[in-house]
Amino acid sequence: MFYDFRKTPIIDQAGIAERVARFNSRSIKKESKVQALKMALSMIDLTTLEGKDTENKVKQLCYKALLPHSALPQLPKVAAVCVYPNMVATAKRVLNGSMVKVASVATAFPSGQSTREVKIKETTFALDCGADEIDMVISRGEFLKGNYQFVFDEIASIKEICKSYHARLKVILETGELSTLNDVRRASDIAIYAGADFIKTSTGKISVAATMPASLVMLDAIKDYYFKTGIMVGMKPAGGISSAKIALHYLVMLHETLGNAWLNNEWFRFGASSLANDIILQLEKEEKGVYYSKNYISID
Amino acid sequence: MNKKETHFLEYFTEWKYNSALETIEHANLKNQYDLFINGKFVKPSIEKYTNIINPATEDTITCVAEASEKDIEKAIKASKSAYETSWGKMPVKERAKYIFRIARLIQEKAKELAVTETLNVGKPIRNSSNIDVPLAANYFFNYAGWADKLEYAFPNQTPKSIGVVLQAVPWNFPLLMAAGKIAPALATGNTIVLHPSETTPLTALKLAEIIQESGLPDGVVNIVTGTNILNEAFVYHKHLSAISFTGKFKTGQWIQKTLAETDKKFTLELNGKSTHIVLEDAAINEAVESIINGAFINQGGFCCDGSRVFVQETILDEVIHRLKDRMATLIIGNPLDKNTDVGPIHSKSHLKTIEELIKNESSNHENIYRHITTLPKQGLFVNPTLFINSSQAHALSQQELFGPIISIQTFRTIEEVVDKANNIPYGLTMSIWSNNGSRAFGLNSKLKAGVVWINTSHKLDPTSPFGGYKQGSMGKEGGVHGLFPYVKF
Repeated sequence: MFYDFRKTPIIDQAGIAERVARFNSRSIKKESKVQALKMALSMIDLTTLEGKDTENKVKQLCYKALLPHSALPQLPKVAAVCVYPNMVATAKRVLNGSMVKVASVATAFPSGQSTREVKIKETTFALDCGADEIDMVISRGEFLKGNYQFVFDEIASIKEICKSYHARLKVILETGELSTLNDVRRASDIAIYAGADFIKTSTGKISVAATMPASLVMLDAIKDYYFKTGIMVGMKPAGGISSAKIALHYLVMLHETLGNAWLNNEWFRFGASSLANDIILQLEKEEKGVYYSKNYISID
Repeated sequence: MNKKETHFLEYFTEWKYNSALETIEHANLKNQYDLFINGKFVKPSIEKYTNIINPATEDTITCVAEASEKDIEKAIKASKSAYETSWGKMPVKERAKYIFRIARLIQEKAKELAVTETLNVGKPIRNSSNIDVPLAANYFFNYAGWADKLEYAFPNQTPKSIGVVLQAVPWNFPLLMAAGKIAPALATGNTIVLHPSETTPLTALKLAEIIQESGLPDGVVNIVTGTNILNEAFVYHKHLSAISFTGKFKTGQWIQKTLAETDKKFTLELNGKSTHIVLEDAAINEAVESIINGAFINQGGFCCDGSRVFVQETILDEVIHRLKDRMATLIIGNPLDKNTDVGPIHSKSHLKTIEELIKNESSNHENIYRHITTLPKQGLFVNPTLFINSSQAHALSQQELFGPIISIQTFRTIEEVVDKANNIPYGLTMSIWSNNGSRAFGLNSKLKAGVVWINTSHKLDPTSPFGGYKQGSMGKEGGVHGLFPYVKF
């Protein structure tokens, strides 16, 4: 299917903001709130991407992933743990056999400023270590130069490798570095057509992370692709989703844009670190009627 | 390249939202409401009351008085007296204070007013709370500011008040329309007899309570409720200096005829037959959102509802597909539920009118779409309906509907859509959807509509004049223009 990425997508910024405001006006209460909180928990990619990460830090995060709250052992596990390539083997040792996936960043995360060769090697290494998913970054410099073919080819080549390992590819657009929502749409389309299994908003390493308007533009891109082809693509907002309240807003937006089929962690993820504990806090409140001190909820 | 989109999405079966009901008790309704004349609630001269129902349940929630000719005479006399002795003589800064106080009281009682409006009209509580009540307060705030600055509104002229004004408002925005009329009339130094719609008078009566609380001098605003009381004697009354009417087209025409030989001023806001024009370079998702919002949410009860949609043929399939998709996420139900998008129709008779229209038009349209399969068991609900492949010739395209109905027509060129869009006896509001600024502005200047929105719709503000061309309206409301009907020079 031919698609001309040079044609600027039509985005109405004010209209997008109004649609977001309407989603945020939904009142999610009682059973539907508990259901949503549990769903959100199961969609989290617990993440540690710090210079000071060690194997022990990663292991502890994995244990948290397997048992988010020991006082409520029936709560769902999170979707995945996301780490740097050299930590994949450690994570895999703890998580192997469980439902929790191991996701690895790759392709010179977070900047993407490196050669094709290096990126391919890094991706292969992570997959060899047992990563189930790869979170790659697009080359924003090339994108902003208008070199869309480069961006497309890069994604396609990483996807090819992932495919041979039966791993899924998430493509990080870094929407905070793209100047307009038109660019967010364009980058989304390039990633989708190049074979992304997920499109992801951010690396979480710059100040502007996931926003609802950018996420809605991405959801619309996925929707248009589905309408034309029947093929699903997942979506992952990352960074800045620190409270259950915000997560529920995203879930309503997801729900009323893409519908039932996307309401699970195969097609939607939250890239977050402190979100899990706020969800647990809210779930405890729904059950017990009071807010617990944060000391009752384990940190990873 | 136009590949037809055939895949559909499904919503709401995995995750249903619990109801988030607003508390009925907030409405604080009395069992019975009397007429508000000369600063007090007085019994009607003939003890007759009409039941008011909640359209979501069809239960009776209260009853209101039926004004007789005697009561109307009393109300007009009270207005005249107040004009001559208190309000007409009051210093302008003092008037402003009263109007400002009313604005603040509306804000304080926002919840009470919003819940009342929803109970009476069937309007989703989200609309009542977020649009109707705040805008109503804003009308009073805005015109409170104008009270002592009238000479700036009319340069080189000295505006003077005119006297007693009769104002009649319809069922779709009872509180908002009352505010839109009362505020400028008061600001310009006039006194008022307000006649709310016979089915939706409750928020006007709450406004009466607010007016009492504000200390506004007796007789400055009088509120008379009743069925079919706008007769010749009322409208022709010698003490009335002006009439401001928003409502049925036929009634407006009749008022115009009746007043033809008098020197009474009048403002009429009658019909709209609002239109969306979607050009091929529109942001389609946003256009669809706006079309659905206007036509379905608030049950199409806008005079600017945008129920007539022109779509450029190149994007027709995409637009239809997305309209159908968006309809799948509408929640129809109890308007007191904060999650309800589509509430019931406010009265049985109006419901009947809409159902008949749908029945008639269904037989001469080949393509009709509805998403919802079961309506709520109770209440006066209409299933939101999309008439695809409509034409100018269909009655649907010429009449104002006030129901959750959208008709879609296609066009090929700008010239064609200009002719068709203008081809109605009214011209109130239109929306243009296009990414191309110069094309949108060019089109704007050719459309015969009083209000044209570009890439949006239903944006109202007390500072902005609202009114139309041709038979749909005479005179404007809002902004400086809204002061015009209530002054003389």
